[in-house]
Amino acid sequence: MPSEKIAPPLWQRNLLFAVVCVAGAGAVVSNLLTSDTMSAPKHQAGRYEKPSFRTAVDFVDEEFAADWKKAGLEPAPPADELTQIRRLSLGLTGTIPSLQEIRAVEAQPEGERIQWWLSHLFEDRRTSEYLAERFARAYVGVENGPFLIYRRRRFVSWLADEFEANRPYDKIARSLITAEGLWTNNPEVNFVTVTVDQNEDKKGPNEVKLAARVTRAFLGVRIDCVQCHDDHLGDEWLQKDFHQLASFFGEADMAISGIRETGKPYEFKYRRQREPVKVPAIVPFQPELLPERGRPRQRLARWVTHKENRAFARATVNRVWALMFGRPLVEPVDEIPLEDSPENPYPPGLEILADDFIIYNFNLQRLIRIIAATRVFGLDSKMPDGRTPPTLEHDEHWAAFALSRLRPEQVAGSIIQSASLTAIDADSHIIFQLNRSIQLGEFIKRYGDIGEDEFYIQGGTIPQRLLMMNGNLVHERIKNDLVANAASRILATAPNDAKVVEATYLAVLSRRPSAEEAAYFVRALSQKGFLSRKAKQADLYWALINSTEFSWNR
Amino acid sequence: MNNPCNSASHITRRTMLQTTGLGGLAWLTPVAHWLGRAQEKAPAHAPAKSVIMLWMSGGPSQLETFDPHAGKKIAGDTRAINTSVKGVQFAHGLPQVAEVMHELTLVRSMVSKEGDHERATYNVKTGYRPDPTLVHPSIGAVVCHELPDAEMDIPRHISILPGQWPARGGYLGAQYDAFKVYNTNGRAGNITARVQPKRLDNRLEALEQVEQSFARGRRADLDAKTTLHNATIQKALRMMSSKQLSAFDITQAPTKTRAAFGDTNFGRGCLAAIQLIGAGVRCVEVTLNGWDTHANNHEAHVTQNAILDPAFASLIRELRTRKLLDQTIVICAGEFGRTPNINAADGRDHWPTGFSIALAGGGFRAGHVHGATAADGAKLDPLDKESIHVADIHTTVQHALGIEYAKELMTPIGRPMALSDGRVIQTLLK
Repeated sequence: MPSEKIAPPLWQRNLLFAVVCVAGAGAVVSNLLTSDTMSAPKHQAGRYEKPSFRTAVDFVDEEFAADWKKAGLEPAPPADELTQIRRLSLGLTGTIPSLQEIRAVEAQPEGERIQWWLSHLFEDRRTSEYLAERFARAYVGVENGPFLIYRRRRFVSWLADEFEANRPYDKIARSLITAEGLWTNNPEVNFVTVTVDQNEDKKGPNEVKLAARVTRAFLGVRIDCVQCHDDHLGDEWLQKDFHQLASFFGEADMAISGIRETGKPYEFKYRRQREPVKVPAIVPFQPELLPERGRPRQRLARWVTHKENRAFARATVNRVWALMFGRPLVEPVDEIPLEDSPENPYPPGLEILADDFIIYNFNLQRLIRIIAATRVFGLDSKMPDGRTPPTLEHDEHWAAFALSRLRPEQVAGSIIQSASLTAIDADSHIIFQLNRSIQLGEFIKRYGDIGEDEFYIQGGTIPQRLLMMNGNLVHERIKNDLVANAASRILATAPNDAKVVEATYLAVLSRRPSAEEAAYFVRALSQKGFLSRKAKQADLYWALINSTEFSWNR
Repeated sequence: MNNPCNSASHITRRTMLQTTGLGGLAWLTPVAHWLGRAQEKAPAHAPAKSVIMLWMSGGPSQLETFDPHAGKKIAGDTRAINTSVKGVQFAHGLPQVAEVMHELTLVRSMVSKEGDHERATYNVKTGYRPDPTLVHPSIGAVVCHELPDAEMDIPRHISILPGQWPARGGYLGAQYDAFKVYNTNGRAGNITARVQPKRLDNRLEALEQVEQSFARGRRADLDAKTTLHNATIQKALRMMSSKQLSAFDITQAPTKTRAAFGDTNFGRGCLAAIQLIGAGVRCVEVTLNGWDTHANNHEAHVTQNAILDPAFASLIRELRTRKLLDQTIVICAGEFGRTPNINAADGRDHWPTGFSIALAGGGFRAGHVHGATAADGAKLDPLDKESIHVADIHTTVQHALGIEYAKELMTPIGRPMALSDGRVIQTLLK
């Protein structure tokens, strides 16, 4: 066996590997527990204090303050910055910040940390990937779609590229609505091909599904509710409004070269009519904004994203707000009235944020930065000692940060992140990536994805608790493993038990322990008993991961 | 221990057995609701108590199961066999089920408007067509909501071998979702603690420290009304140590009984369903995948029927033996039927206009056949009085369970919604 003579014996290689890993781990951890080793993002200090930015933030703050005053509510005080950092990480990357990142952000000057953190996140591929996945739910749903002619992964990856480049959002929307060609070469085409129903006689994209997606995702209008018949109970839309909009997609057709404008005009058989009729392409409101010339889908795309079509800006503001807060400003996320009225006014902030979004050319990163800078985003979800806790009315008026249940991938991502001291990102080692995808899939299935109705707040379920208490993912991530798990590495390298407990709290809950918690766990770690320190450290991890605050955005 | 009722370690192993009091009543349903029901009059007839849904995922061919047209062009080479009811024939792949036809109620005139798997599954499982504004609860969720039960430690709505779209709680809330069991080895997933009882108690005490800290400055009813976090942990712990868990384990059944169901996951799932129903579970869904036979329809149905036949027949017999059939409604259904026309790939495509559903037990009229399809398999007219709509099945099942099906619940979007909006088909009932 010649190969044995060349390669060193297996046990020697294993030993070498173990030595390298342990030495490396020790070096990294001792650094992490003391100082920042992370590369700094491009960040202009003070930039987000300039009037052009501050004005929008101040206006939003004033509107909320006026609303709280009117409702007779005293808002919660600001949450500590780490809590806000955690909110941003969960909303934009789907995971909690790593211990390393927490050390880095804490090294920034006070007052600059939130915007610095956003500069960091916007440079992180995880952010664009995660935002793309969340937006894709509105664009193409969560299912795998038609076999062969739909590639969801390519679509999400393309969208992530767009977000990473911070391409103006109106341009992204127009690319989707007017997409042509092959779903493999032009990933945006999947927005159209996902609607092809391969079981129906009719070939080509489904106009009705496309019209429904476009109006809901881009305009926050649920006009598709009237696709089957007029709603005589007061809906403002008529059935023909919907089908006239669908007609813009009539020419979109499936050819050998992909999606092309070669189809027949859209026909529909209205109720109580014998024959289908050709339906004209007419927009349901603000017809003056529709360009007269161009292919039907190009005209529609221009109309949807027209700066005077405020529904587009409002819908986007509402969705971004929902991603950051866990619930939309207007519920449901895709149904915003086209006009407000004294009885039914728009919520505070909506119109100002929409204005700013339009004026600054649909700049998503700016929108996120403004929302993050508002007082309302920074409010605590609890009250300090001596004050009455926030009520449901506080939640309703955004006078306190309302708790929202984390989505399955946020919980899974947080478990995996809490087991690593450095940020798990797209550049991380392949082992992390593999673990992430396989285990994530299984975990998410069992935790229960609520599909597209994702901003509907529900309490936790028994399968979720069983999964967290007894499931494999948590067990694997908290057990004693000096190479893979932060629990062991913290225990091995922290100078004393107080530091062990503090680092563990920061890594898992993104906060420091209270005095009572610190005392309890330091005592638990040092007490002689039937458990080893390693087992006790695993139990500390278990308790934190199984807590309410781990599974909720607070 | 400021707030012991809200703490996880309040329910450790030592105290768990003592908590069947108020905590038990709260299982899945508000206490007030339960107390209200206790004062209602029982219906005149003894209503059914539970439901077993055998879910034929993909949509079985009525022609190769319960509605053969042997000798006709649409049948291909499918033969017909006699059943225990004179004049009623099945396709040749179901000889054992044919022997229990006298216990079944067969509807051969099912019609719906849904020809897409996801939409049709939603339709048949909930009795409603998909609605963009809200999600309707599946039949099992409705049963659990309307017929609460104080004594159960294990979930009362269970999906064994769940497919792509398992039964959901919809607007009733995620706590009414079917509890999913992905195997038939006798253990539901994740119900065993990873550590010894003493160490689990340590962990729960540590968790309580964190929860106390979290509760500071927050509403006292946050857990009970919003997060359900610790309330759910209590229920999970109760389940983990419950004797009722043994209902998942079919190895306790006699070898001969187990063999009768067939050596398949579906067969074992059917036996587990009986044990679970016997233990007090309200609704068990058991899924058999593989009915979407766009190609080689007849061959595929040989395979599928070989799994279904012993399992379904044994399910009926065993429920009868255990005296559970009268209180249990069995539904064997898929999302639609398959086309009378055999396509170029020797397959059959989706067919929502004239398919079959078999029911049994719980006040349904045994040995009865309702409706018929034509020899050429022509579409049934939905307006024909013999046509049964999906909602009608739901309404009739709910009625047989003593549920006030027309009652409207307020949904989260503020729109009142009847539990079911079909008709009670009296001729299907005793």
